[in-house]
Amino acid sequence: MLKCRTVWKKLAPLARASSTVCRQNVRRTGLNNSRIPACVPVAHMSTGPAGGGRENQLYVLLVGAACVGGAIYTYRTVKGDNQRYQDRIDEISSRPYKRATEEPATPIQSEPPVIPEPEPEAAPSPEPQAAPSPEEPSPLAPDAAVAAPIETTEPPPGGPAPASLKVPSHTPYLLIGGGTASFAAARSIRARDPGAKVLIVTDEPDPPYMRPPLSKELWFSNDPSVTETLRFKQWNGKERSIYFQPPSFYINAEELDGAENGGVAVLTGKKVVHMDVRGNKIKLDDDTEISYDKCLIATGGVPRNLQVIERAGEEVMKKTTLFRKIEDFKSLDKVSRNIKSITIIGGGFLGSELACALGRRSTEYDLEVVQMFPEKGNMGKVLPEYLSNWTTEKVKSEGVKVISEALVKSVVCKDDKLEIKLKDGRLVKTDHIVAAVGLEPNVDLAKSAGLEVDSDFGGFRVNAELQARSNIWVAGDAACFYDIRLGRRRVEHHDHAVVSGRLAGENMTGANKPYWHQSMFWSDLGPDVGYEAIGIVDSSLPTVGVFAKATAKDTPKAATEKSGTGIRSESETEDTAISPVASLTPAPNVGQHKDEYGKGVIFYLRDKVVVGIILWNVFNRMPIARKIIKDGEEHADLNEVAKLFNIHDD
Amino acid sequence: MSYCRQEGKDRIIFVTKEDHEAPSNAELVADDPNDPYEEQGLILPNGDINWNCPCLGGMASGPCGSQFKEAFSCFHYSKEEVKGSECIDNFRNMQECMQRYPELYPQEEDKESSQAEASSSSVSAAPTEGSALPPETDSTPATSTSESAVSSDSTSLIDNQTAS
Repeated sequence: MLKCRTVWKKLAPLARASSTVCRQNVRRTGLNNSRIPACVPVAHMSTGPAGGGRENQLYVLLVGAACVGGAIYTYRTVKGDNQRYQDRIDEISSRPYKRATEEPATPIQSEPPVIPEPEPEAAPSPEPQAAPSPEEPSPLAPDAAVAAPIETTEPPPGGPAPASLKVPSHTPYLLIGGGTASFAAARSIRARDPGAKVLIVTDEPDPPYMRPPLSKELWFSNDPSVTETLRFKQWNGKERSIYFQPPSFYINAEELDGAENGGVAVLTGKKVVHMDVRGNKIKLDDDTEISYDKCLIATGGVPRNLQVIERAGEEVMKKTTLFRKIEDFKSLDKVSRNIKSITIIGGGFLGSELACALGRRSTEYDLEVVQMFPEKGNMGKVLPEYLSNWTTEKVKSEGVKVISEALVKSVVCKDDKLEIKLKDGRLVKTDHIVAAVGLEPNVDLAKSAGLEVDSDFGGFRVNAELQARSNIWVAGDAACFYDIRLGRRRVEHHDHAVVSGRLAGENMTGANKPYWHQSMFWSDLGPDVGYEAIGIVDSSLPTVGVFAKATAKDTPKAATEKSGTGIRSESETEDTAISPVASLTPAPNVGQHKDEYGKGVIFYLRDKVVVGIILWNVFNRMPIARKIIKDGEEHADLNEVAKLFNIHDD
Repeated sequence: MSYCRQEGKDRIIFVTKEDHEAPSNAELVADDPNDPYEEQGLILPNGDINWNCPCLGGMASGPCGSQFKEAFSCFHYSKEEVKGSECIDNFRNMQECMQRYPELYPQEEDKESSQAEASSSSVSAAPTEGSALPPETDSTPATSTSESAVSSDSTSLIDNQTAS
C-alpha cells in the first residue's frame, strides 16, 4: 500500500504534467468543440516557432524520462520485496528441516514451530541467524504475519538460547495434567499397549506426585530437610518420596518419538490453553501445537477461596494460603515456623488434617492453632452429628482451638496482624490464614474444546466409561462421571484419582469398562482416630452406626503395625464437596455422651440401600464394605450386615 | 447386651462381642467370576497375565517393562519340568536393563530375582519386586494381600474376587 502511494506521489506531478500536455495537444489538434476565435493573437514565445517545437520535444522527453524512471523504481521495489519474501520463506522452511536433523552443533533456538506450512523441498540453507534480523524494518504485508512471531522469539545470534524441550508435534497418547490420575493412566496405558508413547503435559514444575502426604506424613517427619527431600515414612517404616517415580523413570519429551519401546515423557511448566477437538490437537501457552490420537484430561482443580478474603485486599491475600501443591506445603511450613498464630478456615478433610498437623507443632514452636468452620463439628458434612462432635473433641486434644458455627464476615489487616470478624460478632486475631474451603474443578478447556460441564457437581461431564468424546477421557477430581451403582457424582479423593486414572488408561487402550470398582478414602486425625470409607458418605443421609468398645489395640497406629498390609500413609485430602451445606435435623438430645465411639461401622442409606460405609477404627475390611455397596441390596437388619465385619476382632 | 439409640435420623447400636457371635444372616449376592467389569487379579480368567494388576507395581510399565513382560510371559507359559528353565536369557535381559536404572529397581532386588531364577517360581519374585517399589497406586490395602496368594493361579483368582 505504501509503495503504491509513494509511486503515485512520484507519478502524480507527471500525470498532471502529462494531462496538461494532453490538453494542450488536444487544443492544438482542435479536438475540442468550442470555437477558437480565429484571430486570437498567437502569443509568441521568445523562442519562436522553432522554440515551440523544441519545447514540445522537451516536454515529451521529460515526461517520458519520468515515466521510465518511475517504472524502473516500481519494478525494483517490487522485485526486491519479492526477493526478501522468498528469502524469509526459505529461511523458515529450512528451520524445521534443521531441527529434524538435530545438529547438536547449531545453537538451540527457542522459537516454536509456529508456521504450519507443508515442508517445502527447500534445501536446508545454513543461513546465519543474523540474516533475517536486519530485514526487520521492511513493512511488507505478506511478510509481517510470518516475520513477527519468528523475530520476537529469535535469540541474538551466537548466544546459546535457553535449552527448551523440542516437543513432539504429535503423540499417540496425550495426558493433560500431571497429577495422580494422569500418572495412573500413564501406567495403565504402558502396561496394556506395549511400546506406547505417552506425553504428560503439566503446568506445575514437578513430575507427578501424591498429594496426601502434603497434609499428613510430611508434617510428622523429623527430618529438617523434609521440605527439600519430600520424603516420608510409610506404615512399614520404609521411607519413600512423594513423587510416584524418580526422574529416571521418565524419558525426555524430545526422545519420545524415537523411543523404540516408547515411554512416558513429562512436559513441565506448560499449560494447555486451547483444545481443538475436531482437529485433534491442543495448543500450549507458548503457542506450541501438539496433535494426539487419544487424550486424557486430568486437570484436577484449584482451591476455592472465601469471597471475603478475595475482597479484603492484597495485604490479607499475602497472609493467606490456599493449600494444594508442593509449593504451598513448602511456604506454609516456612511461615508456620515464624509466626505466633495461625487460623485454618474449613472443617473438612484438608482443614482438619492440617489443623491436627499444625496442632502437633504448636507445643514445639509456641504456635497457636485455630480452626474455624460453619458446621457444628469437624467433618460435619461427612460424619453424623454424634460422631462429628466426638471427633471435634479429639481434634481439640491435638492442641487445636476449634471455633465451630463460625461464619466469616470480614478480614482486615491491622498492625501486620489479621483480624477475622465473624457474623456473630466474635473477633479472632491471627498472623496467617489457611483457607481449606473446597476445590474448584478446572474446566478451562471446556470452552475451546466444546465439552460439557456439569452444573450440579462441576467438572467435565463424562459417561460411565469416563468418556467425554470418542477419543477424549476425563479422570480424577475434574471428572463428573456416571457411577452405575451410585449415580452421577464427582469424587475428590486420592484413591479415586488412582482408580479412575487407571480405568481411563484401560479404556484408552480399548477396554471399554465402566466405573465399577468403587474407590475408597481414609483419614487419620491424630493417633486415636482413623477411619476408612467408601461410597457416598454424606451426613445428610440417614445413618446406622454399630459400635463396639475400643480397646488399646484399635488405633490406626496399632492396626498398621500389626497387619503389615496396606498403605496407611495415603489418604484423601479434599472435602467431599458434593452436596450443598446440609442442614442436619437437630438431634433431640444434644450434649456430652458417655458413650465412647471406639470402633465400629456406620452405614449410610439412601432409599434403604446402603450407599456408603465408614469403617471407624476398623481396618483391613474394605473388601467386605465394597461388596455390600456393589450388591446394592436392601437389608432389613443392618446389625446382621455389621456382623460381617467382625468389629470385635483385631 | 446390645442397645440402641436414635438421634434424629441417625441410629446408633452398641454391641458386645457375644451379640456378634452368631453368624450373620445377611445375604450377599454371589459373585460372577467372569464378570467383565470386575477388577482382575494377576491372572485373567482366560489364563493371560494381567499386566495392569496393581500387584505388579510399575514393573510392566517402566523403562524395563518390555523385558519384564517377556521374561514373565516366558515363565508363565513355560511347560518345562523346571518351570522357566528356558527363560534364563529373558531374565538376564531384564536384570541387565534393571541394573541401568538403579534408582527405579533398587539393587537388593537383583539378589531376589537371581534367587528366584534358581528357585521354583519367579512368580513370587515379581510381586515381591512390585512391593519393593511400593505399589503406591494400589487402591486397597487388601489387594496387596493377594500378592502372597499369587503362587497358584486359581487361588489368586478366587482371592482377588473376594478382595475386590
